[in-house]
Amino acid sequence: MTITSDNAGGAVEEQKLITLTIDGIEISVPEGTLLIRAAEQVGIEIPRFCDHPLLEPAGACRQCLVEIADDGRGRGMPKPQASCTMTVMPGMVVRTQVTSPVARKAQEGIMEFLLINHPLDCPVCDKGGECPLQNQAMTAGRGESRYEGRKRTYAKPIAISSQVLLDRERCVLCARCTRFSNEIAGDPFIEMLDRGALQQVGIYEDEPFESYFSGNTIQICPVGALTSTAYRFRSRPFDLVSSPSIAEHDSSGAAIRVDHRRGTVMRRLSGEDAEVNEEWISDKDRFAFRYAMQKDRLRHPLVRDENTGELVTASWPEAISIAARRLARARDDAGAAVITGGRLTLEDAYAYSKFARLALHTNDVDFRSRVHSEEEAAFLAGVAGSGLGVTYADIETAPAVLLAGLEVEEEAPTIFLRLRKGARKQGTKVFSLAPFATPGLTKLNGMLIPCAPGAEAAALSDDHVQSTADSAGQMNMITEMRAALGQPGAVILVGERLAGVPGGYTAALALANETGASLAWVPRRAGDRAAVEAGLLPNVLPGARPADSAEARVDLGVAWGSEAIPVLAGRDTNGIVAALGDGSLGGLLVGGVHLADLPDPAAARTALEHAAADPDVCVVSLEMRSSDITEFADVVLPVAPVVEKAGTFMNWEGRERAFENAFGDTGSNPDGRILSMIAREMGVPIPATPHALRAEFGQVGRWDGEPVAPPEVAPAGTAAAAGEGPEAAAGQAILATWRMMLDDGRMQDGDEDLARTARRPVARLSAATATRCGVAESEQVAVTTDAGSITLPLEITDMVDDVVWLPMFSPGSHVHEMLRAGAGDLVTVRPGGDAR
Amino acid sequence: MTTLTPVLSAHWHEADSFTLAGYERGGGYRALRMALNRQPQDLTTMVKDAGLRGRGGAGFPAGMKWGFVPKDNPNPKYLVVNADESEPGTCKDIPLMLATPHTLVEGTIIAAYAIGANTAFIYVRGEVLHVIRRLQQAVADAYEAGYLGKDILGTAYDLDIIVHAGAGAYICGEETALLDSLEGRRGQPRLRPPFPAVAGLYASPTVVNNVETIASVPAIVANGVDWFRSMGSEKSPGFTLYSLSGHVTHPGQYEAPLGITLRELLDMAGGVREGHELKFWTPGGSSTPILTAEHLDVPLDYEGIAEAGSMLGTKALQIFDDTTCVVRAVLRWVEFYKHESCGKCTPCREGFWWLVQIMERMEAGDGTDADLEKLLDLSDNIAGRSFCALADGGVAPITSSLEYFRDEYLAHFENGGCPFDPAASVLFGQGFAHRVVEA
Repeated sequence: MTITSDNAGGAVEEQKLITLTIDGIEISVPEGTLLIRAAEQVGIEIPRFCDHPLLEPAGACRQCLVEIADDGRGRGMPKPQASCTMTVMPGMVVRTQVTSPVARKAQEGIMEFLLINHPLDCPVCDKGGECPLQNQAMTAGRGESRYEGRKRTYAKPIAISSQVLLDRERCVLCARCTRFSNEIAGDPFIEMLDRGALQQVGIYEDEPFESYFSGNTIQICPVGALTSTAYRFRSRPFDLVSSPSIAEHDSSGAAIRVDHRRGTVMRRLSGEDAEVNEEWISDKDRFAFRYAMQKDRLRHPLVRDENTGELVTASWPEAISIAARRLARARDDAGAAVITGGRLTLEDAYAYSKFARLALHTNDVDFRSRVHSEEEAAFLAGVAGSGLGVTYADIETAPAVLLAGLEVEEEAPTIFLRLRKGARKQGTKVFSLAPFATPGLTKLNGMLIPCAPGAEAAALSDDHVQSTADSAGQMNMITEMRAALGQPGAVILVGERLAGVPGGYTAALALANETGASLAWVPRRAGDRAAVEAGLLPNVLPGARPADSAEARVDLGVAWGSEAIPVLAGRDTNGIVAALGDGSLGGLLVGGVHLADLPDPAAARTALEHAAADPDVCVVSLEMRSSDITEFADVVLPVAPVVEKAGTFMNWEGRERAFENAFGDTGSNPDGRILSMIAREMGVPIPATPHALRAEFGQVGRWDGEPVAPPEVAPAGTAAAAGEGPEAAAGQAILATWRMMLDDGRMQDGDEDLARTARRPVARLSAATATRCGVAESEQVAVTTDAGSITLPLEITDMVDDVVWLPMFSPGSHVHEMLRAGAGDLVTVRPGGDAR
Repeated sequence: MTTLTPVLSAHWHEADSFTLAGYERGGGYRALRMALNRQPQDLTTMVKDAGLRGRGGAGFPAGMKWGFVPKDNPNPKYLVVNADESEPGTCKDIPLMLATPHTLVEGTIIAAYAIGANTAFIYVRGEVLHVIRRLQQAVADAYEAGYLGKDILGTAYDLDIIVHAGAGAYICGEETALLDSLEGRRGQPRLRPPFPAVAGLYASPTVVNNVETIASVPAIVANGVDWFRSMGSEKSPGFTLYSLSGHVTHPGQYEAPLGITLRELLDMAGGVREGHELKFWTPGGSSTPILTAEHLDVPLDYEGIAEAGSMLGTKALQIFDDTTCVVRAVLRWVEFYKHESCGKCTPCREGFWWLVQIMERMEAGDGTDADLEKLLDLSDNIAGRSFCALADGGVAPITSSLEYFRDEYLAHFENGGCPFDPAASVLFGQGFAHRVVEA
């Protein structure tokens, strides 16, 4: 057996194998393997608590003691050794509890010690039934306790954050939680306090355990010491049905486990997938699942009563029939368009795409309910059909990674954890183009290349480096970054924020070409990549077919058995909203869009009001819960949440992440099935089930002809940085903004404990800009446009001057709605003391 | 008959022994000038040849430790002096630093030069504020005199010494816990490997030596290897400080060649408390198994004590006479280890919590034969199963006292309580003890 692995230099080198004997069984394992892992390979499970394969060895609990009969040099070791810290040596002879009375007694002794101060909570403990201590006490413990003394007691539980509770009596002090927080998440907000038998996990009171990854500590706790407020006392493990699934909150494609009882999700845990999320998920993936159980969940179709103008409950056949009739009329009249959010599975996205092209005869289809551009559409056309590109393993081993318009901890937490692993273990050098170094970048030991919003393209672009770098310092950083990206294996990750920067994607592609670095698009939402593949773009048909290519249309027409592939160029979301507003569109099919996400929610609302007022314009909305589209819709069709359907998310890597429904038949329908029913009424065949949709998408296949031309947009000049462009006048600044992981997003509704761990919304200014605008640290600052104002406390930040940062969609700061502005726009900044 | 060999303690009787002037008058900093004229590796070889063994308890050859420092490591190298003297009974480093702090400073400079360190730390037990102040003054005076800082004595060698006060944890005397504490972390032992010589302070090559070890270096440099080896035995050469305390007529520091016997030391110290017999004693602090009167002629060196079933440790000879209840003494020690267990590993953390409760019952006369077996079994489950040596030391009093004084344990529960008068064992005079009893 030879095991190969890529080393940092990219060369493949053979790993040395070490042969040793464990309980009489000879085995060869790679050099550096810990004894406890080697034993696992011969089927011997040595009991353990502090040991965790993804954490650094600690040797703290001493449960895994084994006898070393021969250390490989012909000598036995006088004391039993912790198998979780000792690596294999050639010729070693190891005897575990299976064959060694010494090891057996040592393990029983440790187990007895662990239990003397452990409370008899098992009958009421959340962990009971899935507890490593309980299980191993049965296998490695004594039948009866010899302890006759006093147990150590504490008040319990104490909240170490709003969602994590600590029961110190149950804690066996294995330090898995503290090590996870230190090593993996980089959030050392919990630590051991005190000493001896009174040692305990604790927090610094001024800094509670507000980590985006805190829930992982609950899952890896080998006892019931850490529990979640959301799940505490809700269920017993043996009453739960566990279904593997894929997290729907971001484009990571993290494997999760959904534990449910009688049709109700009780909790979610991380699944194990070494290639994707290892064993970790974000708190959003873990705790945000009650959104599907809210009171506004739609259970029946609604149809607008023509007489009263009210939405009334309708039967499925009635609602489907009306939707089909109205959409057909709109199509034949002024035309109908489709906008979807970024949350669709590949199957549902494909159904929308086919529905748009065949049932509505239009290329007016776009999944981008956020800031977007024509340049981005051209860039995404190149992403489509590119298959599995840069992977998690690639970013872990990359010598350098550039983040352009992407805050990984907020937008793609699984990438953040992998990058951090790479930065810690391989020294991956991380660069970020942003106005300031976020805590996430700091935890990656990353280098900030300071960039005002809008200046990213110039920083990425070689031609403009000389002319626009605002200082020698920035120049040097860019030079260093370009040199680092020239190393084999280097990666550029671009985020959706770059869509708001003219020339951003063009420059990123050029940089990748020049340096040889791999480029990957990291969207924020779980359905974004699948939407691109399925052709939910005006310029791309399913399977990466260019919409403007006759050949591609013919090719698709053959696959679909139709000659009616639309020829007319489509409009993007902004174009569709504008058309709806000016009456040049007859109908709109909406698939789960939140108005506040749109670049200009007010304009969209006006357009929808216009549509609602016009009896000839129809709006059909497929949504799970009543939304701000509902009130304008003529037909509302309830769709199934992720747990109630099967499907495939395609993550940012281009990896297909298929999942089955967690529940049996709940009577809800996925988008694809509903579209199939409407289409049937309109005479268009669309498969009904996810599996059939996936199969058909596979048959339609990937376009292998001429691809869509890559974007060519000249990078925008730097704004304030070079003293050109929108000059920040007195009291003005350039707006920087992006979404936080935990904010007012609707898929976090109902999980209040989670919401309380969100970052406190603040406005950020540099010290110089704050002085210029007349505001001081912690004071209220008002950020204003003609449309409105946002007032938040100021946090002076080491950041680019003349820039103000606001969270895009956090409590009190809904930037698109409240300011009708976006990143790169000029806003007014002044003291907002009397606003609260 | 072995005689005393005052080297470290030669000038302790002088009123100004702690000042720079007093130290220089006795030949102080002469060795430093000699050392800086030699190649660093020559000094390591010299200490190796002298056979100087670590005086902190384990007796590891100091020169060998210095030799482990990798030459090709690009990181800075550090010397850390372990002055966190906290072992019950051990009281040699603190008087040394109080009486002649410059001996330590001079030794630190020579050792740092030998290993190529430009920064040295002296980690002093935080409770001994007066010692810290004296050490700080000595370091300041050494800077003033040009023995520290840049270009020491014109040799282009730079060294800074930082005196760091601990925060009151016994475990920080364990070298890796000390390094964590010095780095500003929680003082808990680190996993080895890597050993400090490769990745110690700030993950850089680090030598950690005890105060007495380092303070012995100037004398070796000044007087030579042969002189040093003329004292002590082949495997345990040199002089050392023996600290006599407890039921002894003249307690204190007795500097003698390694291998002297307790009988000889007791003769010099005026014998066991008048009117009493030696009952048991520790050779090197509470972490070393106790010995009895039958071991009076065992040579007090590393090999001799090991052969007798104990360890030389810190040579802290605590003398207990026949008034002492061994159960009571052991309970006090076990209480200490329970208090000082750092909490990192299970057997030490939970084991001492339990042992104290059993020992309390023993002393109160509520023990049983089964408890004695349990004590031994639990001790067996702790010793050699823990992360560091703290717990091994902690159960040593239990196992050794049961070996020699099992009957006395039994007497406690046959008697329904302690058969001894605790007042009789106190040291501060019968009058006081009577007053306590009458009150």
